[in-house]
Amino acid sequence: MNETALSSPDTWLDEHGAALYKYALTHTRDEHKAEEAVQETLLAALQARDRYSGGASVRTWLIGILKHKIMDMFRHDAREVTLDEPDEIAEEAALEDNFAPDGHWSLRMADWGDPVQALEGSQFLAILQRCLDALPPRLARLFMLREVMEESTEIICKELAITPTNLWTMLHRGRLGLRQCLDRNWVGDSVQIAARG
Amino acid sequence: MLTCKDASHLISESQERPLGIWERWGLRLHLWMCVSCRRFERQMVLMRQALRMLGKRAEADALSDGNSVDFPSDARERIRKALAERGEHE
Repeated sequence: MNETALSSPDTWLDEHGAALYKYALTHTRDEHKAEEAVQETLLAALQARDRYSGGASVRTWLIGILKHKIMDMFRHDAREVTLDEPDEIAEEAALEDNFAPDGHWSLRMADWGDPVQALEGSQFLAILQRCLDALPPRLARLFMLREVMEESTEIICKELAITPTNLWTMLHRGRLGLRQCLDRNWVGDSVQIAARG
Repeated sequence: MLTCKDASHLISESQERPLGIWERWGLRLHLWMCVSCRRFERQMVLMRQALRMLGKRAEADALSDGNSVDFPSDARERIRKALAERGEHE
């Protein structure tokens, strides 16, 4: 077990700081938050260094701590803006926009073609990332947790103090928003069904 | 009879929880008749796969060193200072 590497957090910053920062930036989409998350992670690691078992690599251990810190931040952000009435109304209006009054789609769904091809190309993922950034922040946070970080419904609901029904409703809104953005920017050939509604 | 709006809810929720038997039947019937919802369902599956791919990629990037990352030097120095201060208090 490498005692010297562990006892000098200064080396962690030089060896792992950039990787941690990039990971944090990908998930928080905010430079200040990413910096804060890296700092919190290294401080926590410094305090908990006695508990590092040496089983995983230092990097893996640090990323594990970082994930918790990111979750903490999301929880904090979620509290700050809970039950924001205007958000609620705007999101619901955006959802309704997808449908005609009779419950049909207001646009005919485009065929996105071969999913394997989409996933293999770099373009789809790049646009997906941009569309994720364009989502309302609280929906984007839930997407990060649920879809990108693959947290369970139970954990997300517990951490953010929301009900599963609440979570599903917001994820659904997010999915429709993301779908619409991808549709416009990636395929972009949905045809308006003018006669409907 | 389900509308597309109802069907889209069920398709979305099927990614979160197992649907009940009547929900499954209603959805299956709707999908059989509705090309837009069939496409929507495929889009949702693709989106989920792609989002998970983003996560896996971020994790793999973080674990490997062969990536060029912009870690702003001022951020690095602020963190170094914070770590040093904490170290002194120990």
